[in-house]
Amino acid sequence: MGIVAPMLDNVMKLSVVSLLLGFVGWVVAIAVLNGPGPVLETLIGGLLVGVLYSLIALGVVLIFKASGIFNYAQGSMVLFAALSVARLSESMPLWGAVLLSAAIMVSMAYAVEFLVLRRLVHQEQIILFMATIGITYFLDGFGQMLWGSDIYQIDLGLPKQPILLLKDVFRGGLLIDPADLIAAVVCGLLVIALALFFQYTRVGRALRAVADDHQAAQSVGIPLNRIWLLVWAVGGLVALVAGVIWGNKLGVQFSLSLIALKALPVLILGGFTSIPGAIAGGLIIGAGEKLAEVVIGPILVRTFDLAGGGFENWFAYVLALLFLLIRPQGLFGEKIIERI
Amino acid sequence: MMQQPVASIPEGAPLLAVENISLSFGGVKAITDVSFGICKSEIRAIIGPNGAGKTSMLNVINGFYHPQEGSITFKGEKRSQMRPYIAASQGISRTFQNVALFRGMTTLDNIMAGRTLKMNRGMLWQALHSGPAAREEMEHRLAVERIIDFLEIQHIRKQPVGRLPYGLQKRVELGRALAMEPELLLLDEPMAGMNLEEKEDMSRFILAVNDTFGTTIALIEHDMGVVMDLSDRVVVLDHGEKIADGTPEEVQRDQVVIDAYLGVAH
Repeated sequence: MGIVAPMLDNVMKLSVVSLLLGFVGWVVAIAVLNGPGPVLETLIGGLLVGVLYSLIALGVVLIFKASGIFNYAQGSMVLFAALSVARLSESMPLWGAVLLSAAIMVSMAYAVEFLVLRRLVHQEQIILFMATIGITYFLDGFGQMLWGSDIYQIDLGLPKQPILLLKDVFRGGLLIDPADLIAAVVCGLLVIALALFFQYTRVGRALRAVADDHQAAQSVGIPLNRIWLLVWAVGGLVALVAGVIWGNKLGVQFSLSLIALKALPVLILGGFTSIPGAIAGGLIIGAGEKLAEVVIGPILVRTFDLAGGGFENWFAYVLALLFLLIRPQGLFGEKIIERI
Repeated sequence: MMQQPVASIPEGAPLLAVENISLSFGGVKAITDVSFGICKSEIRAIIGPNGAGKTSMLNVINGFYHPQEGSITFKGEKRSQMRPYIAASQGISRTFQNVALFRGMTTLDNIMAGRTLKMNRGMLWQALHSGPAAREEMEHRLAVERIIDFLEIQHIRKQPVGRLPYGLQKRVELGRALAMEPELLLLDEPMAGMNLEEKEDMSRFILAVNDTFGTTIALIEHDMGVVMDLSDRVVVLDHGEKIADGTPEEVQRDQVVIDAYLGVAH
């Protein structure tokens, strides 16, 4: 018995790992057989979507690190911020709309801290999680009441003409949307700035302290309320950036808050407490689901005579499930230590 | 930075006084009309059977709980309730009954967190991680290393505290409290769950802190031998009320205290 359980555990891990490797191998094989163009294009398109997943996940990680709360409302914050930019930009220049929306998101952080979190200090984390579900529904409803529930546009005025790359290297070359590239660069810069700030400053240490133990943190004089206000404000601003970029790409509509649920598998993959994890997780899921849909989907459909694709929609969750089996703390997460 | 011109309190003068404190949660009374004082540089024990309100009292003193009645006077300033931030910045630090460390962080980082209020460089400097902020970080590292030497925990400096044995965790927690250079140190059962050798070590550290730095200490402890050895004065609580207050010898002879501990036929 003592030996069988760990053996089974290893067998399971091995099979999951070989399943994942098989997926990658399959993609590579198809790239070799059919020429790299389509596969590469899919991969890059996926990575660029992944950057947006990363941005949403990043907001969740920041709040999770500072309070141990999974902020279910992050998606609604993205929608709220995007709606506010879209509607405000109808009556003022874009930069004004963005600045005003930033102010709105910071005020929202203040309201959340003052009206909700402050009242729930010392409560179980599950209670705080429930509170964020409440915030989600409030933001969804309030946002639509305030800004309307149609589909709106955010136009950043970025170039729309796709760029053709590498057309001499192989047949067809690569078609890339410049707006996506700019988005990726902006996200990259934002991530680097945040990572540096939180890893290398006293605020970062205070943040980790608060996450580990509220009371102990208070007892050494860490101002809990100010730390919470800070992370929710930063979370709100990250939501704003994600909302603007996503809104520019796909338009602003209610489904934004649902897409944001992808942050959950992204974080299971990357680890709830790791900023680099949020980035890696987002990229892997973004690329993985596009490849599954475009490269592997049609073959499965043909081979097994299935009705259609839709891999994109569940791929992330299955991947997260597999990861929970082999590495529950995620790629970069802190190992969970429990003394019993 | 401007140093607050605090009239320093001479040894033996009252440092903290709680007066007529009453605390209840809903209809449950945790503390009823309790008053006592703690003098500068003494070791004051708070004892009593389980559920006597000892930990609640510490929580009132450092601001986790807000009493419905009564007042808390610390360094001559009278308040109807404390706040954790004010308690910490005024020089009250504490440990917890069930070790409350930052489990994911190393011993060094845990104790470093105790320096939070001593650091004052702005966020911008920190973000740049250079100049005055870097110099300041170094100074505090030195202070922390001194505490680590003092508590003889050099060998676990870089270990995450979650993996340490219980006795060492308690010592790290004491280190974090000491890093605040407190005037009043509140210890909630510093020796609970320790073996004899660990208890002797901890007693030695508590006495040394009191001797070397003149730190005033209030401690809750169940081990009567320890209480009698360490403390200058003892206050006894039972069912949220004060039933005795005096030197260890006086308290030990008190019939009401003996009845509370041994149980008496009603």
